[in-house]
Amino acid sequence: MILVWLILIPFLGGLLCWQAERWGPQAPRWIALATMAFVLVISLGLWWVGDFTLTTVTEPGQWAYEWRVPWIPRFGIEIHLALDGLSLVLIALTGFLGVLAVLCSWQEIVRRVGFFHLNLLWILGGVVGVFLALDLFLFFVFWEMMLVPMYFLIALWGHSGSEGKTRIRAATKFFIYTQASGLLMLAAILALAFINQANTGNWSFAYEALRQTELSETASTWLMLGFFIAFAVKLPVVPLHGWLPDAHAQAPTAGSVDLAGILLKTAAYGMLRFALPFFPEASAEFAPIAMTLGLVGIFYGAVLACGQHDIKRLIAYTSISHMGFVLIAIYSGSELALQGAVVLMLAHAFSSAGLFILSGQLYERLHTRDMRLMGGLWGRLGSLPGFTLCFVVASLGMPGTANFVGEFMILFGTFPVAPVVVVIASGGLVLAAIYSLILMQRVHYGPSQASEPLAGLDRREYGMMLSILALVLFFGLYPQPLLDTTGSVMAQVEVLFLEAGPPADSLGGEDSP
Amino acid sequence: MTLTLSHLQALLPVILISASAIAVMLGIAWRRNHGGSALGTAIGLNLALILVIFALGNEPVDTPLLTIDSLTLFSWVLILVSSLACGTMAHAYLEGYKGPKEEFYLLLLTATAGAMVLVASRHLATLFFGLELLSMPLYGMLAYSFRERRSLEAGVKYLVLSAAGTAFLLFGMAFLYAQTGRLDLPGLAAAGFGVEGGIIGLTGTVMMLVGLGFKLSIVPFHLWTPDVYEGGPGPATLFLASVSKLAVFVVLLRLVISAPAFQGDWIRELLAVLALVTMLVGNLLALQQSNLKRLLGYSSIAHFGYLLVSLVVTSNLAVETAGVYLVTYLVATLAAFGVVTLVSSPYQGEDAAALHNYRGLFWRRPYLSAVLTVSMLSLAGIPFTAGFIGKFYILALAVEGARWWLVGGIIAASAIGLFYYLRVMVTLFLVEPGMRHRDATPNWGLQAGGLVVIGLAFLVVVLGLYPTPLINWTAGL
Repeated sequence: MILVWLILIPFLGGLLCWQAERWGPQAPRWIALATMAFVLVISLGLWWVGDFTLTTVTEPGQWAYEWRVPWIPRFGIEIHLALDGLSLVLIALTGFLGVLAVLCSWQEIVRRVGFFHLNLLWILGGVVGVFLALDLFLFFVFWEMMLVPMYFLIALWGHSGSEGKTRIRAATKFFIYTQASGLLMLAAILALAFINQANTGNWSFAYEALRQTELSETASTWLMLGFFIAFAVKLPVVPLHGWLPDAHAQAPTAGSVDLAGILLKTAAYGMLRFALPFFPEASAEFAPIAMTLGLVGIFYGAVLACGQHDIKRLIAYTSISHMGFVLIAIYSGSELALQGAVVLMLAHAFSSAGLFILSGQLYERLHTRDMRLMGGLWGRLGSLPGFTLCFVVASLGMPGTANFVGEFMILFGTFPVAPVVVVIASGGLVLAAIYSLILMQRVHYGPSQASEPLAGLDRREYGMMLSILALVLFFGLYPQPLLDTTGSVMAQVEVLFLEAGPPADSLGGEDSP
Repeated sequence: MTLTLSHLQALLPVILISASAIAVMLGIAWRRNHGGSALGTAIGLNLALILVIFALGNEPVDTPLLTIDSLTLFSWVLILVSSLACGTMAHAYLEGYKGPKEEFYLLLLTATAGAMVLVASRHLATLFFGLELLSMPLYGMLAYSFRERRSLEAGVKYLVLSAAGTAFLLFGMAFLYAQTGRLDLPGLAAAGFGVEGGIIGLTGTVMMLVGLGFKLSIVPFHLWTPDVYEGGPGPATLFLASVSKLAVFVVLLRLVISAPAFQGDWIRELLAVLALVTMLVGNLLALQQSNLKRLLGYSSIAHFGYLLVSLVVTSNLAVETAGVYLVTYLVATLAAFGVVTLVSSPYQGEDAAALHNYRGLFWRRPYLSAVLTVSMLSLAGIPFTAGFIGKFYILALAVEGARWWLVGGIIAASAIGLFYYLRVMVTLFLVEPGMRHRDATPNWGLQAGGLVVIGLAFLVVVLGLYPTPLINWTAGL
């Protein structure tokens, strides 16, 4: 039942925020803050009391917490929620970033505060639902449902960019990309359910039932592609990334934090939870292509990041680059790399959230995101440039930060499987250093545009930055608690890959970006 | 055969509606009273609805001309509910109308009776009779505010094109009669119309399809739709979009299920192509619209493209799919047109249908725009609304039939459709300082119309969250 509350609390809190606007603009903010803090506390509590070594290799489908009731008996659809180490980590992340998202819009959002927080909390509720749902129908419902409030967030509270790129356009682009690919996944889910029904005579959308479905080779390839494309749009993988820079640039700070921090992670989660376990053979065969796409993403994102003038677009492109690493790790199928992917997902969530919040704070002070109009801000802004330096350094993967741990584990774990890929991907780290330093140089060093000092960080902003930084350093120096929690899940994925036959050792030299 | 009491009992709802039409007519002849006519209509419709609800689950009753089976009862419920919504909206809308108001209810009741006969028909004579009884009053309803050029144009346009459709239908019936010598549907099906009849039977089948396609505005017979939707007064358009389309579709469904002619591969391929073209063209043409009623007109074209999928695939899921989709389409459409009608009420000339009339509506009329938002989400097929259940069914059916082109078409059409549904939604929330266009009357929420649209929006959400009762109902069809 606690799982249901994890989903319901944000939804109810959102409705309360909407109605609370009549008590003044501060009321929705405090309610939203309390709601997300509550979610965070519950997930941390579960982490504290739960035992996440349960999901063993021999007995798949054992969950730390589980809850199921019938929903649409006609098709065997259930409300089936379950929690294991992976989902718990991501839900805790959702709670934490939810708190940050509320805090960072404290002064940015002044119009229609209640409705804003309704949308914000519903996104987070939908994301928690995605992380918990095991019934594929339910999973899809949450997957699509979280798009609507995100759309409103970008369309109504976003910033209209330059060159005629309006926020509504960006929001619509985001919605259509994700919805169309989502329907593709729905078709794949339905086909899977029909095949299962033809085999067993029973309707079911349950995780365990559909996992056992016997598929012909062509069917599993096509269905795997259906799932992969839906997740690839969200991750994003390079040919399908078109929505991301616009959506990020036009979204309000809280929207960017949610997008980069959590929504991108739902895609990686979907791959780990559904795409790989359902179609291990097809995925193993597909691995070389997926890794190549990951490599393309790393370099494409990094090179384009170097050429951006808009600070948020720059950070958005670096996300594409980082997610390329995650994609490679997921399809390498080695436990070490998969663990690295989880660490990198978390680390990227922290560092990109930090950078987005900082650029939001810059925007509040300078009213521009154009880096050509900045420069020489070090010394005019109190401690903001210092924090920027910390997150930039984290983003480029400096040892001591969680990003380093993640990237190192990914490269190290993938090397036995696909050495060529790792060698090429390491080149991406150099580009990461370049774009990170470009960001730092253009914004905070160089000739100053003016000399009068700007408002420094207030207590709220300082606290936010400090807490993110603490987490980045903590998981950089001591990632073991995280690895213990997700270890059993990742071990299971590795076993699946091994069973599916020799993993992509054909990766000799045929894949170059 | 002799009529027994059970026949009479089964036919009572139709008789009741016809009697209310006569009562309203006599009432008008005696003394004009807007409220009274509306009240009489509402009482008649409600009584008939109660009777139908009590009859649900009864054994099917057949007369030579009509069949009252579960599909008939299902459609009757939907028709009566839609007519009730239409009548309620009409009352608020016509309050400001200068000309005679009462006849609208007369036309409404007559058309409702026609729709009820149409969905129950098991003979080509009743099919034709029902269709005409449904269409004739609609000409009047669409041209009701005939001093407006657009309304008159809508009525005349619908008259001409509908007559053309009817001509096709009659011609098709004549061909079928020439082939089989029968006019009752079971007899026609038993004689294998269209299958063994060579060119004559085939021509007859296709011509009937064309005739019904006109009424359903299936591409390429859709050209009348946007103009008529735009020009007709709000309540009339609401009736056209809900009752008329529903009834004609049910009759087409009946033909397809019962007749072997429609199970031939050739005709199914034709239907598949029509479905694909209809959903894509409907959505593509809707993209550029800046008038909400036109946009909804194109959107209804697209939705009937989706619905055609349920006629293409032979499966035990097909009728259930059609039933579920009809319900989900109906509640969302009624809610959307209800809002348009309420915003244009009371009548003061042309309807407030241009999209800019709805800018920032949320900040003036939060509940009304919440209703419109929910219905747009439902029409777009977003989870947690009824529309998603419908889209799920359609997609499931296409996947089951392994019609991958249709699956691709549904996905592409939905993606295109999103673009304009989202545009309408976001318009509601945009703030335009100092801008105040037409608006619903301040006490709209207290009026019956407001309650109806809120109830419909509520239904959209409830069916999206818990569709099991609906599924159980339609699974029994």
